[in-house]
Amino acid sequence: MASIAIRGVKKNYAKTQVVHGVDLDFASGEFVVILGPSGCGKSTLLRMIAGLEEISDGTIAIDGTVVNRLEPRERGCAMVFQNYALYPHMSVAQNIGYSLKVAGVASAERAQRVQAVARVLELEHLLDRKPMALSGGQRQRVAMGRAMIREPKVFLFDEPLSNLDAKLRVQMRSEIRKLHRRLSATSVFVTHDQVEAMTLADRLVVMNGGRVEQVGTPAEVYSRPASRFVATFVGAPAMNMLEGTVTLDGLSLLGGSRKLNVSRTGVPVGSKVAVGIRPEAVRMVAPGTPGALTATVDLIEELGAGRVIYVDLDGVPFSIVTSETVHPEPGSSIGLQFAETDLHFFSSETGARLDVFKASVPEPAPATL
Amino acid sequence: MEKRVTFSKWTIGILFAVPQLFLIFTFFYWPAGQAVYWSLTLQQPWGGGNIWVGLDNFRSILSNASYWDSITASMIFAGISTGLAMTIALVLAALTDRQLAGSWLYRVVLIWPYGIAAPALALAFRFILAPEAGFMAVVNQAWPGFWDPGLDGADAMASIIIAFSWKYVGYNFIFFLAAFQAIPRSLIEAAAMDGSGVIRRFWDIQFPLITPTIFFLLVINITESFQDSFGIVDIMTAGGPANATNLMVYKIYSDGFKGLDYSGAAAQSIILMLLIIALTIVQFRFIERRVHYR
Repeated sequence: MASIAIRGVKKNYAKTQVVHGVDLDFASGEFVVILGPSGCGKSTLLRMIAGLEEISDGTIAIDGTVVNRLEPRERGCAMVFQNYALYPHMSVAQNIGYSLKVAGVASAERAQRVQAVARVLELEHLLDRKPMALSGGQRQRVAMGRAMIREPKVFLFDEPLSNLDAKLRVQMRSEIRKLHRRLSATSVFVTHDQVEAMTLADRLVVMNGGRVEQVGTPAEVYSRPASRFVATFVGAPAMNMLEGTVTLDGLSLLGGSRKLNVSRTGVPVGSKVAVGIRPEAVRMVAPGTPGALTATVDLIEELGAGRVIYVDLDGVPFSIVTSETVHPEPGSSIGLQFAETDLHFFSSETGARLDVFKASVPEPAPATL
Repeated sequence: MEKRVTFSKWTIGILFAVPQLFLIFTFFYWPAGQAVYWSLTLQQPWGGGNIWVGLDNFRSILSNASYWDSITASMIFAGISTGLAMTIALVLAALTDRQLAGSWLYRVVLIWPYGIAAPALALAFRFILAPEAGFMAVVNQAWPGFWDPGLDGADAMASIIIAFSWKYVGYNFIFFLAAFQAIPRSLIEAAAMDGSGVIRRFWDIQFPLITPTIFFLLVINITESFQDSFGIVDIMTAGGPANATNLMVYKIYSDGFKGLDYSGAAAQSIILMLLIIALTIVQFRFIERRVHYR
């Protein structure tokens, strides 16, 4: 168990900077997920913690010791790679026990510890096999066993589930969670899959373009996204965004055809804002219901437990998630309603969250647009 | 998965194979068969018939001490030059693999020696290793008589080994580098995370994973050191001094074309062919077992 402190960490490759000054603190025993689109620098950050990538600027400290100049083996981290990186010429037992062999652990003790790890991961019957003869899920377990056996202070996961099929991914996800509860080592898990991130994380770090956009629990990140990027990246289908302009008495939306009555402080009249609303927060009502927006149905995606309805709102694509068993015909008109407290406001310029807007209509009355 | 190509009519398959078979027959089986025939007869040097002598040619060659010296010299040459060419290439490739910037340059530059004709490079090395004017002249000045391939058999052997290895280092390097780069980076990184240092990683991870390449190069290098050494020997030492570098392939030439003993030379080439076949079989039987194919 160890805490990790990242201070002003940057990474340059030749002339391009891919990580622009990251500051993060991971508490001991915490399960942190770094989420972001590909190329956002999340893997690079992980590899800098591991010692596989040089740190261009700033410091990374594990348990209070700055590790910038330490070799990977001296940092006490274990890593699970995306492609598993199993040694193809070694058996499962040799793969798991390799770090002990390097450390000079006697072969009797080694075999015993390999057995113990294999039992936890249900790999006992596969110990003599070569990685080639294993399925994806089994390889994944071997890779985890190889990390576990070292009893590391820190576990690093570099998109370890992305090569598995959907069913195995769900299964391995819960196994990783259980393992973490059992070992309670500090874990850093990198992924671009938001479902993985939401389900695994104690704390979520959302990265974009080499910067940290938001740090918080999955619930916080979902309910109070710190930026427009986070709002649209976390949650599926993505949050709906409407462009608006601040007016004297509120907001004008959809090119002035709609008005939203909100009070504001400190935002000048005429500035552009983006108004976000989660598809889950939108209610479908009969067209023509007073105060409801009218939209045209484009497409319906059946999810079994619910359905996603894609509509056209005055030329802006908009989506609704509903569990009601309604099947509006494509091309027909429907009404949309939502509570004002479910609205998120972002600056159109910087993308930052604006909390200066207050919904003027109190709950539970539905918002009128 | 079915990878075999199938033809609706067997005649089409035969037709496709014919050009290749024709080439192999013309340039390999026919001359080889001719050599076998000659080795069993006594050929007249200026033509005009021959006499069937059975295995007499082989008997006389194998009972000749100088032929056994030639076999020994060839073995020493093959062993040392293969070892040298492969070890140097392996070290160079391992170092290059770690620092990849500009590796394309090494690749291009290092393949050149292989592209140089043996006599040309032999001539160059004759100057480089000349006892009175080359690199070794400096050493000779300090220790007179230390290096003289013209008089000392060991020095002469060393010269042809150096020249041959130089040519094959480049060839081997290309294969080794390709093999190293085919190893996924993450394997090396995983080993580093497992606490393995550079040297340990090389022996535990990289070396076992390039064994298929090592095996391939071993077979090629040994075979070539028996066959491709002619040009180098001819230019640098002409088999001398005192037959110290009279390798089997050179002896075939000198006995046949200088000594005009065509039948004896034919028998020698049969023996050389059998020796290479035997060595290759041994390598496949005993060394290939230790190869890890992925």
